[in-house]
Amino acid sequence: MSGGRKATIFLEQAGYRQRRLRDALRVWPVFGCILLVVPLLWSLDPSGQPGNAAALTYVFGVWVILIAVTVLMAWALRGDDPSNPKP
Amino acid sequence: MGKRVLLIEDEPNILEAISFILSRDGWTVHTHEDGETAMKKVIGFPPDMIILDVMLPGRSGFDILRDLRENQITKDIPVMMLTARGQEKDRELAMRLGANHFMTKPFSNADVRDHVRSLIDA
Amino acid sequence: MLGINTVIAFSLCYVAFLFFVAFWAERRAKRGNATWLHSPLIYTLSLSIYCTAWTFYGAVGYAARSGLEFVTIYLGPTLMMIGWWWILRKLVRIGRAQRITSIADLVSSRFGKSTSLGVIVTVISVVAATPYIALQLQSVTLSFAVFAQSGGQLWQDADLNATATWVAVGLFVFTVIFGTRNLDANERHHGIVIAIAVEAVVKLIALLAVGVFVVWGIAGGPAEMMQRIDNSQIVLWDQDGGRWISLIFLSGAALLCLPRMFQVLVVENADERHLAIASWAFPTYLFLMSLFVVPIAVVGLDLLPVGSNPDLFVLTVPLQEGKQGLAMLSFLGGFSSATSMVMVATIALATMVSNHIVVPVWLSLRPSQQAVISGDIRHVILLARRLSIAGVLFLGLVYYRLSGGGTALAAIGLVSFSGAVQILPAMLGGVFWRGATRLGAATGLLIGLTVWLWTLFLPSFGDAALIGQTVLDQGPFGMAWARPQALFGIVGLDPLVHGLLWSMLLNTAGFIIVSLVTFPTPLERLQGAQFVNVFEHSAAAPAWTTAAAGAEDLLIMAQRIMGSEQAQAIFEREAVRQGKKGFLPEVTPSFVELLERDLAGSVGAATAHAMVGQLIGGSGVSVEDLIAVADEAAQILEYSSRLEAKSAEQEQTARALREANDKLTALSIQKDAFLSQISHELRTPMTSIRSFSDILRDGEIGLAEQKRYSGIIHDEAIRLTGLLDDLLDLSVLENGQVMLHVKTGNLGQLLERAIGAAGGLGDAFEIRSAPDLGDMRVTTDLDRLVQVFINLIANARKYCDAQTPCLRISCADHGDSYLIDFIDNGSGIAPENQQLIFEKFSRVADGSKAGGAGLGLAICREIMRRLGGDIAYLNGQYGTAFRVTLPKEKPADC
Repeated sequence: MSGGRKATIFLEQAGYRQRRLRDALRVWPVFGCILLVVPLLWSLDPSGQPGNAAALTYVFGVWVILIAVTVLMAWALRGDDPSNPKP
Repeated sequence: MGKRVLLIEDEPNILEAISFILSRDGWTVHTHEDGETAMKKVIGFPPDMIILDVMLPGRSGFDILRDLRENQITKDIPVMMLTARGQEKDRELAMRLGANHFMTKPFSNADVRDHVRSLIDA
Repeated sequence: MLGINTVIAFSLCYVAFLFFVAFWAERRAKRGNATWLHSPLIYTLSLSIYCTAWTFYGAVGYAARSGLEFVTIYLGPTLMMIGWWWILRKLVRIGRAQRITSIADLVSSRFGKSTSLGVIVTVISVVAATPYIALQLQSVTLSFAVFAQSGGQLWQDADLNATATWVAVGLFVFTVIFGTRNLDANERHHGIVIAIAVEAVVKLIALLAVGVFVVWGIAGGPAEMMQRIDNSQIVLWDQDGGRWISLIFLSGAALLCLPRMFQVLVVENADERHLAIASWAFPTYLFLMSLFVVPIAVVGLDLLPVGSNPDLFVLTVPLQEGKQGLAMLSFLGGFSSATSMVMVATIALATMVSNHIVVPVWLSLRPSQQAVISGDIRHVILLARRLSIAGVLFLGLVYYRLSGGGTALAAIGLVSFSGAVQILPAMLGGVFWRGATRLGAATGLLIGLTVWLWTLFLPSFGDAALIGQTVLDQGPFGMAWARPQALFGIVGLDPLVHGLLWSMLLNTAGFIIVSLVTFPTPLERLQGAQFVNVFEHSAAAPAWTTAAAGAEDLLIMAQRIMGSEQAQAIFEREAVRQGKKGFLPEVTPSFVELLERDLAGSVGAATAHAMVGQLIGGSGVSVEDLIAVADEAAQILEYSSRLEAKSAEQEQTARALREANDKLTALSIQKDAFLSQISHELRTPMTSIRSFSDILRDGEIGLAEQKRYSGIIHDEAIRLTGLLDDLLDLSVLENGQVMLHVKTGNLGQLLERAIGAAGGLGDAFEIRSAPDLGDMRVTTDLDRLVQVFINLIANARKYCDAQTPCLRISCADHGDSYLIDFIDNGSGIAPENQQLIFEKFSRVADGSKAGGAGLGLAICREIMRRLGGDIAYLNGQYGTAFRVTLPKEKPADC
C-alpha cells in the first residue's frame, strides 16, 4: 500500500504541469472568441469604421496567433495520454 | 461372587473365547447376541461392566452405547467397545459417545483381561 | 483557347487518376502495409472535405457580397479544433467503443438503441444535405459552362441539366465502387480517404496558385494588394454582430454535426492522437484556404465586367487574364472540392439510410428466422447502401432542378448547416449529460426539424417558390405569430439568425424539459453511463490520480449489487477476522479478492473485476459513477428476462455439479464401507484364531476343550482362506484381468458337475432339472460357468427355508442364448433387497447361518458379465429365483 502512495505523489508532480496545460487548452477557444468579437465594438462608432486592410489584417492576425499558440500547446502536450479523463 | 460382565457380541466363537478368558479371571460373564434387545437385557439386569461389539444384527454398538449413556440407570456403567472394522474414526466416535475403552479385533487375551480389570476396579 | 472538350478530357483523366490512387490504397490496405494511410497528415487532409465547392467558389462570391463575413465559416471550426477537440476525442472514443457507424447511429445508440431516433436523425441529415449536394452539382456544372462560354458556346438550361446528371452518375459509380466494396466492421474506406486526401491537396494548391497569381501577378505584391483592398468597393467590415456570432457558432457546431464531417472525424479516424495534430493542422488548412479569398474577390470585381457572377471569380479571373493552365488547375480544384464532398456525404448518408431505414424495414418484413442468416443480411445491406447512394444523389439532382440553380451558393450552404446542427443538442446532451432521455432527444430533434423547415428550408427555395408571399408576410391562415421569418412577432432579425435562434432555442428547451420529466429505460441508462463515462469504461491507461477507495465506498457498491444485509455481513465478518471494531474492515488485497468473488456471483466475474478494479485501482472514476453503473446493472438484471433465463441455467449447472459431488462423496463412502467390511470379514475369524491359540498356548485346560478349540481354529482358518479366495477372485474379475479358457461343452453335464460339487442331493434337498438338457451345447469358459451354478445351488441349500427344500432348475433355448432358471420353494427375497443381494458383502439372511462373506452373488454377476451374459433375480416365482442368461457362444469382446 505504501508503494502505491509514493507512486501517486510522483505522478502528481509529473502531471501537474500537464493538467494546467490542458486547462489552458480548454480556455483557449474562449479567449479566441473574445478576440474575434472585439471587431464588433468598432462598429459602435460610425466615424471610426476601420479600413478594409486593417480589418483583414486583424482577423487574419488573430487567426495566426490562435493557430501558433495551439501548435505550441499541442507540442507541450504531445506525451499526454488521450484516455486521461477529467482534469 | 465375581462382578458381572455383560458381553454383547454376535460372533459365537469370539463370544466363547472372551467368556472363557474372563470366567477364568473370576468374573461372572453374561452374554447376549442381538443388538435389538441388548438394552432391555442391560436394564433388567444391570452389570458392573459391558463389553460391546460395534457390528451387531439389529442395532449397532454405537446406537446401544448412546442409549446407555442417556439412561439414568446405565449411564455410569463402564463400556469397552470391540470392533473388527479397524477405522480410526470409529474409535473417535466411540470415545465421543462415552466409551471407556476401545479395542480392535484381533486382540491379545491379556489385553482384554487387563482392561476389564482396570475398568471394573475404577 | 481551352475548349469544353479539352476540359472534359482533363477531368476524365483526373478522375481516372483518382481511381488509380484509390485502388492502389485499397490494395495496400488489404495487404496490411498501410500504416502511412493512418497518419495524422492523411487524417487532417481528409477533414478538408469541410471545404467544398462552396468554399472553393462560394467564398469569393461571399466576400464580394458580404465582406469578411465569409471567414466565420472557417473561424467556427478553427475555434472548435484548437481547444475543444476533447469533445471530438470523446466522440471518437465513443465511436470506437460502441462501434458507431454514423451520427444517426451515435444518437440512436446513446438513447437505448432507439430505431425511431435513428430515423429522425437520418431524415434531418438527408434533408439538410440534399441542398448541399445540389450545390456541388451546380458548381461543377457552372464551371463547365464557364469553359463552354469561353469556347464560344452559350449553354442553355438543358445543357446544364444534362451535365449535372452526368456528373451525378459519375459520382455514383465512383462512390459505389469505393464506398460499398466491403462491409467493414469499422466502416473505414481507405480508397475514398486517400482519394479525398489527394483532392484536398489539389484544391489547396489550386486556390493558393490563383491567389498568388492575383496578388503578385495582377496586383503587383502584398502592399499593392492591400492598397487595392482598401480602395475596393467591397466594405469588408460592416458586420451585424448577431450574425457574426451566430455564424461562428453555426459553423463550429456544423463541424460536429454534418454527417460527412462525422464520417471523416469519427468513423474513419484510426487513432485518437491524430486529433492532437489536426487541432492545429486543420485550422491551418482552413486559414490557407481563406487567405486569398478577399484578394481574388477584390481583383475580380475590378477586372471583370459588372454583373459577372462573383461565385466563379476563381475560374474567370485566370481565364480573363489568358492563363489557361491556371484556369484548368483552378477548375480541377473546384471539381475536387465538389466531388470529394459528394462522395463522403453520400457514403455517410447512405450508411444512415440503409442502417436506420432500409434494413429495419426489410427485417420487419421478413420472418424472423430468415433474417438472422448473416450472409443474406450482408448482401441486403450492401444493396441497400448502393440504392441509398443512388437515392441521395438523385435527391440532390432533383433539388438542383427544382431550385433552378439560381440562388447564391452561400445562402444554400448556411441553410444546410443550420439544418444539420439541429442534431447538436441531442448529441452533446447525450454525450455529456446522463439525464438525457430518448423522448427528450426525439422531442428536441422534431421541434428543431420543424422550426428549421418552416423558417429556413422552405423559404430557401426562393420567394414564393414553395411558400407563398402572403404566408411570408402574414403567416399561415393569417396567423401572424407563425410567419416563417418573424416567429412570435419578432420582426427585423436577419432571417438566418432568426431561424437559427428559434430552432436551436426551442430544440434545446424541448430536449431538456422532456428529458427532465421522463424516465429512461434501463438500456438507455446503461448506454448513457457508457457514453458519458466513456473514458472510464473504455481501455484505460495508468491514471494520474489514485482514488484509493475506502472500505465505505466498497461497502456502498457491494450493497447496491448484493443487497445491504449480505454485503454488511461480509464486511462485518472480515472486520471481525481482522480484529477491528465496528463493521468496516481494512481494505487488504485478500479482502478485495474475497469481495470481488462474492460480487461476481451477482454480476458476473468480468463485471465484478472491472468494478472493484476501478474502485481500488483508482482510474479516476468516481464512486458515484460506479454506484450509478451498479444501479443500472441491477435494473437490467431485474428487467431482462434473458438474464433470468441465464441465471436459471447457472443454477442448473450448479445443481448438476452438486449432484456430481454428492455422487463422488457417496462413492467414497461406499469405498470406505467396502474397506471396513473387508476388514471386519477378515478380522473376525482372525480374532477367534488368535484368541483360542492364546488359550491353547496358556495350557491349563482339559483335553476335550483342547480338541474343541483346535476345531474352531481350523474352521476359522478355512473360512478365512475361502474369504481371501473370493476376494481375489472378485478383484481379478472386476479388473478384467481374468483369463478365460473357452471350450465347448454340454449344459446338462455342466449342471450335473455343479450339483455334485455343491454336495449332491443329500438330506431333504431335491434338485429337479428340466428333461431335455442332452443336446444343449455351449461354448464359453466352462469352469467359470460351473462356479456360478455351484454358487447358486449352494445358496439355495443354505438359505431355502421351506419344510422340504426343493430347487428346480430349468433351461430354455432362446435363440442366441440359453435361459437357465434356479427356483427354490423358500420364502423368496423382499423386493427392496433384490438389487442389494448382488452387492459385495450383502447378506440378507443372518450371517452366522450363511458362513460366507456375501461375495458369492457378486462374483456370479461378474462372471456372467465376463461371459457376455447376466444374472438377475426373477420375480413372481413363489420362492427365491435366479435367471442366468448365457450366450451359446461367448462373444469375442467379452
